[in-house]
Amino acid sequence: MGVLSSSVSITQYRVEGTIEDSFLETVTDSLTNNAIREIDNEPEDKSVGWTSFESPFKPDFSGSSYMFGTHLIFSLRIDKKSIPAKIINKHLKMAIAKRLEQSEREALHRNEKSEIKDEVIRRLFMRMPATPNMYDLIWNYEEKILWFLCSQKAANEELETLFSKTFKLSLIRIFPYTAAQLTCGLTDLEKDNMEKLSPSTFYRGQHA
Amino acid sequence: MLDVSVAYNRYTFLGHEFLTWLWYMIETDTQKLLDPKAELEDMYIGNRIVLENSSHNRDEVVTIKGDGAGLEEGVIALQKGAKVTEINLVVKAGENEWRFNLKGESLNIGGLKSPETGRVESAEDVEGAVLEKIYLYEKAVDLTNYAYQQFIKSRVSPEWEQVVVKNISRWISQAAKG
Repeated sequence: MGVLSSSVSITQYRVEGTIEDSFLETVTDSLTNNAIREIDNEPEDKSVGWTSFESPFKPDFSGSSYMFGTHLIFSLRIDKKSIPAKIINKHLKMAIAKRLEQSEREALHRNEKSEIKDEVIRRLFMRMPATPNMYDLIWNYEEKILWFLCSQKAANEELETLFSKTFKLSLIRIFPYTAAQLTCGLTDLEKDNMEKLSPSTFYRGQHA
Repeated sequence: MLDVSVAYNRYTFLGHEFLTWLWYMIETDTQKLLDPKAELEDMYIGNRIVLENSSHNRDEVVTIKGDGAGLEEGVIALQKGAKVTEINLVVKAGENEWRFNLKGESLNIGGLKSPETGRVESAEDVEGAVLEKIYLYEKAVDLTNYAYQQFIKSRVSPEWEQVVVKNISRWISQAAKG
């Protein structure tokens, strides 16, 4: 989902920690080192990495191209390959038949079947192009705020893992509890009270 | 602070109470929800609201959707003990309009449609368009955060049970009478 789309979803995060060294240099290097790696013609089935907001299929973070005013904007890209089970089954049966014919046997051992299956899947992944998905993020470094333009659970988890690995900073997702604790300006006493809350009953019968 | 994954589930009810309170506030005191600094003029419920009732071993979900749909079924659900889990909001400032869904358990903003921005016709237009979009998204995010802040301040105060919940109960009762 993109910044310039007609409709977006936003998951809010608080960024914990600071980048000590030269900010732009560190960010550029960190993004470049963790940029998406192409897996077409490779046996891997998944690749997760950063890419440029403006050129998602040619990541380039040089010249602080990810800076927009006081915001950093770049994208999480998740490339995935998915082979329908029926295709795997077809190729597995063909490979087993070929092995039986070559070895002049009537049956294969379970381990041998498993090895053939791994090899079939590996070859299919090599031939299959990955489906790319891009999710933009907007990071206001000074305010320690990050908006991830996606609400899918799996993509949010990938973001949290890769962000922490890349920048050595942690992301705290904002939801009712963390919002109350971190962003609402509650006193320590109010925070303690908040932790003791239990659900309220709103309707208490007819009123005169 | 509690472990985040534990806290997410334990305090989901706060998100549902927030959206239920939000509906009550929209009907009774909209201006209190709008940060004067944000220069927003009005807010109302859009074309979708979802309520869930998981009390007394129920697992009932009531979804009301459609432009101009009445909320009577929602009021009945409130009387039975349901709370709002998702709401579609419309916010106005002059000619500008924001529409988005707000989910109680996560406070995620979904399907956010902000006012139209200028067309991007060349690479030089991108930065301006992006900054304009951020400014517009910020309005919806800040509105949500401001409203939640109002709610949570009230929720942890001693007046919550004595005053706010009583008023909400009275409002439900009156809304049910039409």
